[in-house]
Amino acid sequence: MSPRTIDLDELIDDPTTRVIVCCGSGGVGKTTTAAALALRAAERGRQTVVLTIDPARRLAQALGLRELGNHPRQVQVAGFEPKGELWAMMLDMRRTFDDMVRTHAGPERSEQLLANPFYQTISTSFSGTQEYMAMEKLGQLAATDEWDLIVVDTPPSRSALDFLDAPTRLSSALDGRMIRLLTGPAKAGGWGLRKVVSTGFSIFAKAVSTIIGGQLLTDASAFMQAFDSMFGGFRERARKTAELLRSEGTAFLVVAAPEPDALREASFFVERLSAESMPLSGLVANRTHPVLADLSATAALSAAETVESTAPLATAVLRLHADRVALAERENRLLARFTRAHPEVPIVGVPALPSDVHDLAGLREIGERLAGHSPAENRP
Amino acid sequence: MTTPLPGWTDELTRARLHFVTGKGGTGKTTLTAALGLALAGQGRRVLLIEVEGRQGLAQLFDTEPLPYAEQRLASAPGGGEVRALHIDVEAALLEYFEMFYNLGFAGRTLRRMGAIEFATTLAPGLRDVLLTGKIKECVRRTESDGRHTYDAVVVDAPPTGRVVKFLDVTKALTDLAKTGPIRSQAEGVVRLLHSGETAVHLATLLEEMPVRETVEAVAELDGADLRPGAVLVNRVRPPRLPARSVNSAADGRVDAPRVRAGLAAAGLELSDATLDALVEETVEQAIRLAAEQRARDQLAEADLPTLELPDLTDGVDVAALYDLAETLIDQGVR
Repeated sequence: MSPRTIDLDELIDDPTTRVIVCCGSGGVGKTTTAAALALRAAERGRQTVVLTIDPARRLAQALGLRELGNHPRQVQVAGFEPKGELWAMMLDMRRTFDDMVRTHAGPERSEQLLANPFYQTISTSFSGTQEYMAMEKLGQLAATDEWDLIVVDTPPSRSALDFLDAPTRLSSALDGRMIRLLTGPAKAGGWGLRKVVSTGFSIFAKAVSTIIGGQLLTDASAFMQAFDSMFGGFRERARKTAELLRSEGTAFLVVAAPEPDALREASFFVERLSAESMPLSGLVANRTHPVLADLSATAALSAAETVESTAPLATAVLRLHADRVALAERENRLLARFTRAHPEVPIVGVPALPSDVHDLAGLREIGERLAGHSPAENRP
Repeated sequence: MTTPLPGWTDELTRARLHFVTGKGGTGKTTLTAALGLALAGQGRRVLLIEVEGRQGLAQLFDTEPLPYAEQRLASAPGGGEVRALHIDVEAALLEYFEMFYNLGFAGRTLRRMGAIEFATTLAPGLRDVLLTGKIKECVRRTESDGRHTYDAVVVDAPPTGRVVKFLDVTKALTDLAKTGPIRSQAEGVVRLLHSGETAVHLATLLEEMPVRETVEAVAELDGADLRPGAVLVNRVRPPRLPARSVNSAADGRVDAPRVRAGLAAAGLELSDATLDALVEETVEQAIRLAAEQRARDQLAEADLPTLELPDLTDGVDVAALYDLAETLIDQGVR
């Protein structure tokens, strides 16, 4: 079965494409893919901004991002004259959260919130915060209308699904009901289960405060009270961003390495996107190893055996070719399995560069490969 | 490239608690399982522990998702046994509460409401204290004859970026109350994790980013007075090219006429296009090998026992895990 292929040039040239979200499990090359796509779009005339989460140092340098700025900067490198524009930014989770608090709470209350120790914990350590803030930032960038294409990288989580679930997790952690129960279950009233579990609960509350410390609970409670009034805005924004993600102008690209784990995550993600009616454009099979020379592994290995003692260089060339054929076959087998499970999802294979990307030329080369102009095709 | 690797040491043989960390995608779970199988040789009993709720061990051994209970996963050569435990943080917290307070059936209701997730959210350190607490209990447990239940415990630990925070229970405790049942229990955990009984192994690939994270993690572990164990270099591919040709080939200098002559001698008459493509494949491989050599040099700075595991073209199945375990045993794991 041959899968459809994605025409990524068509996608980035389409003026109605406003947001491209690159997602996938950690370590598959999401950030590089996002940056390469954004560069290509800018060179083809789009006013593009790329929102990266945690780029490798060299990639960040290639984009001229020396520090977390939390606001996009135009990429200006000698010799780089795109038809459109390329802007780039790195997400600063804490500052995005601070800005959000300042926008929604009044000046006085926001100072009180920002100084609360519990806020310090939740804004830096809670596992959903980075995902939530990435979505918040995307919402802000989209609202400015300064760019006509936003390419978003998603946080490096173990599971590709985290960034869809995190905002809800954060919302429920902050929704105040639990803290009221913990600090004064008797006053929580109007809650059906209360009577049934009330004894168990007060023991639980006591145990929790013994373990995590009474002070922390008091801080958390104060934070929740101050936060309560801006909570409506908080939820409203999460809803709006979710709406943006479901809209026509958004395209999701699932990035995966041709490895069992990454493709399994990609499968979960594809199913989830479809369940949430989010628009999936296709799978980027990143870092494939297509065979370049038309020679079977069997022929190569038997020839290598013949000249093993007389022609060491030719032997090495033949053996490494056979390794490469075996690797390509495995990758094709894994991708074919993915396609059997998801025949509707188009795939583009992006052959691996032999070395890491550390400049715009490298990103441009990956862009070429994303658009299907590869040294060789690597499709099942 | 041919320098003999310093393999498993006597010091590592004395460790009973092994953590395997590494950058995402370096094969931590696979190496945890292979190390467990290797340590279970000669009739020993080993427990594998998973703490991140991914059920990676169950997938690897192709079994049903693991419950929160120690269960047999595989047998090791020589009558050994490997068991596995998937620690569920919420269940572990309730277990603790049950030890000190009688919650009755309210525990289940609290769990359904998300109260426990909320408590662990309030104090992120609580989660790690619970996990390491459960790990310690498994390491210390003895049978009626006084012998340890497990000869070794191997933990599929969080990735390099988070592992020190995870293991540095002392620090997590500053988030928590000054007294109380969990605190006194945690002090025992601190002693175990900083003792010679514990080793933190680092899984890596011969690539720039995983190696950098490995070197950084070693420094961080040293700084927190935790013991780095061995570097486990995963997915090593055969070099094929002789070391002396790598640098010139990586610069694109491959003697094409010589390759052509060698191929002709082997009876292969190939078109120019095919020959060019073979040369290009060779150049790409040489560039990778040169990068791998830089990675090895950088790893050498960490100055730790280093073990290598081969890349498995056909992927990792249960049989392959036994092969990897065998490779580890060949490099001194016992």
